[in-house]
Amino acid sequence: MMGEFTIRREVAMHLSCSRRDFLRGAAGLALGSALMSASPFVYAGTPAKKRKVIVVTFGGGARDQETFAPEGQENIPHLLQEMAPQSSFFTQVVNRGILGHYVATASLATGVYETFNNFAAVPPEHPTVFEYFRKDLRRPASDAWVVAPSNGFNRIGESDYRSFGPGTGARVILPKHLLTAAMSGATSDYEHLLRDNYETPLYAPQLGGSEFELQQMESILKLSVDDFKSHAQTLSSPDELSMYIVRQLMRQQAPSLLWITMHDIDVAHSGAYSLYIEGIQRTDRLCAELWKTIQSEPEYAGNTTLFILPDFGRDSDQDAGGNGFQHHRTGDAASRTTWMMVLGAGVREGVVYDHPMQSTDLVPTIGAIMGFTPSVAQGRPIQDLL
Amino acid sequence: MLPANLKAEQFAGYPPEARALAVSNLETFRKLPLSFLPNLLRELIDYDYKFPAERLAISKELSNLKSLSPEQMQAWFQPFSQIAISSKLENFNWVGEPVLFVEQLSAYLWSTHQLDAFRKAALEYGDRLRTAVPPEPPAMPRLGIAIIGQGVESYSKPLFRNLREHGTYFERVKPDDGVSLLLNAAAERAKAHPVPYGHWYIEGGVEAAHSPLLTCVSYKALEPVRDALLRDMQAEIRHPGMGPEQLRTHLAQMSPADLGMNKSGDVVLNYFQLKLLTEASGTQIFATTFVQWAAREALRRAQPLTLLARFGPRQRQRPMNEMLSNKTENPELDLIGSLIDADFGAYYNWINQQRLPGSEQSSFLIWFEGHSQALAIGPSLARGTTSTSIAGLNELLSWTVSS
Repeated sequence: MMGEFTIRREVAMHLSCSRRDFLRGAAGLALGSALMSASPFVYAGTPAKKRKVIVVTFGGGARDQETFAPEGQENIPHLLQEMAPQSSFFTQVVNRGILGHYVATASLATGVYETFNNFAAVPPEHPTVFEYFRKDLRRPASDAWVVAPSNGFNRIGESDYRSFGPGTGARVILPKHLLTAAMSGATSDYEHLLRDNYETPLYAPQLGGSEFELQQMESILKLSVDDFKSHAQTLSSPDELSMYIVRQLMRQQAPSLLWITMHDIDVAHSGAYSLYIEGIQRTDRLCAELWKTIQSEPEYAGNTTLFILPDFGRDSDQDAGGNGFQHHRTGDAASRTTWMMVLGAGVREGVVYDHPMQSTDLVPTIGAIMGFTPSVAQGRPIQDLL
Repeated sequence: MLPANLKAEQFAGYPPEARALAVSNLETFRKLPLSFLPNLLRELIDYDYKFPAERLAISKELSNLKSLSPEQMQAWFQPFSQIAISSKLENFNWVGEPVLFVEQLSAYLWSTHQLDAFRKAALEYGDRLRTAVPPEPPAMPRLGIAIIGQGVESYSKPLFRNLREHGTYFERVKPDDGVSLLLNAAAERAKAHPVPYGHWYIEGGVEAAHSPLLTCVSYKALEPVRDALLRDMQAEIRHPGMGPEQLRTHLAQMSPADLGMNKSGDVVLNYFQLKLLTEASGTQIFATTFVQWAAREALRRAQPLTLLARFGPRQRQRPMNEMLSNKTENPELDLIGSLIDADFGAYYNWINQQRLPGSEQSSFLIWFEGHSQALAIGPSLARGTTSTSIAGLNELLSWTVSS
């Protein structure tokens, strides 16, 4: 009998090849292994002190057949037609950790597969990318920010690791908590923006860490509570609210390291396929809007590298242990194998890389780009980006 | 405690038939590793409330385990024996609470990076078991029917996209009396092959008139149960310290009587319906999710010969806490979203049907309710083609099943 691991490797490779073939066909991207030139960062010419990095987790995980496979392309027109041709695309990003959103996102942010309870309001056990960045480069708190859905993510800005920890990480904005606070409990006109985590609707963690408070909105984001409320009424989802806050943050604080966690797609846990697809289409549009903002904001244009990647995938239709797109519980290849799109400063445009990388490689890569050393991270820098 | 120390009295809390079966297999249980046995007990503890197909499968599995030589035992269970288990899990009441144990084991396997090894061991065990105890073929070729799009007046985008490569797309179907016609066809099959829980009708809205020979589960009929469950969940959520894992534990310990289900009703079906609402995500609030999951579980557990699933419209998306509080009496419906959900859900119905024995002879029909579009999959129907024949659903069904 063919071993399970062999099968998994083959499935992962198949996913990878499908993405590669499709991108080469649809977006005209070249295969990375054919390129032998020196590092684009060597010639990028952007002074290290101005280098900025933005990371977007492509909310809640989406499968190939709804995104990069031919039948899914209609859902991601912006990623494919506008962004892929400008990007280096990695077709095989494997997550070997726990497939819960908070713990997996924390693993992305630390470069170590964290093992804490996904539903506990605890900080990561290992230093985060924000702590390495601030400590090594002696950056102030205003230079590293996280914008995230409310559930659980309030502790993701900094670890409880010895010699790092409280006060050394990123400021965290939870836009839904801000909106709730702004409404002083009267949220009837904004309920569509306050949707909860669909897997754990009752989860309301204690706040803590370095969460941004409503009172700071005017001084830091230059945004009055009334303006915030007024604009929020024009938005249709929690991720749109997050992106609105991100734009304010970029204009007013221009952080060098910015992390955005999208989550609308995770409505899939409710089992409604149409809502899952709507979430993907919205996230695709928001990624494109962010990319346009990066290119138009003077503080970011030309010196920013944008990483877009899901925290993990979702279960395949064929695994009898799961229920397809609804969850990410089987640990099968589809739920563990995702992709990463990298755009902007120092990135080779229109290139596809097939070789496997791990989720934990993200932090060492950012470290190599920005000039800090993630000493505890388990992953390795992606050489194709250096 | 480890399995080697098991005693008969530890099964005193099991329902009668499950207890008897456990005690008679005690010697076998004592030889099994802790990473495996509670998974078996999780199925066994509900033996009294299981469908005939499940009871037969459990009995055969136990007989097979009993027949294994020491060498075979070693070969079958060595991968499970290599899974490290914490002392905390060893001390858990895994005999009395196997469902909760398995949940905690799962979290432990994830956190200790042993999930892949466990998954590999489980798949290998499944393969060995299927070889040693091959599943029996069905008494007649299975038929799955999915009716989608209830209440939708028009829809211009292509339907059945995932299924087209497997069957023939009919674009000129006569829709007259379609629902009753298909229900009658299911009833005829039940009459011809009267197998307990062998012929199902799952309804996402209000159930249509149907034969009592069909096992019926309906979203509307379960409304009082769903309301009771949502009220209970709201009350639990308000308890200090309540979290998602505690809520899951609470739901897993519920009985049909806790939600006011009819005590004089069908006990097996009551437990089935209870689990649809307490073990799944979305079935409590979305009719489309309810039908898809109910069909999945009916196919997996009861292995029916006939399953007709009629998807109903679900409510429009609102904040999850608002939907769980269930305060809106007549929530707005999302008809087009429901059609898309149902179209994809029907694809999962077909996949789940094809996982059962006899799949090569199985048939499947999907119809856009009230409209002229349908797709049929059968052993000798052409695949990936379109038919312009004008046909009634009864004709379509005869081509599908007799093919």
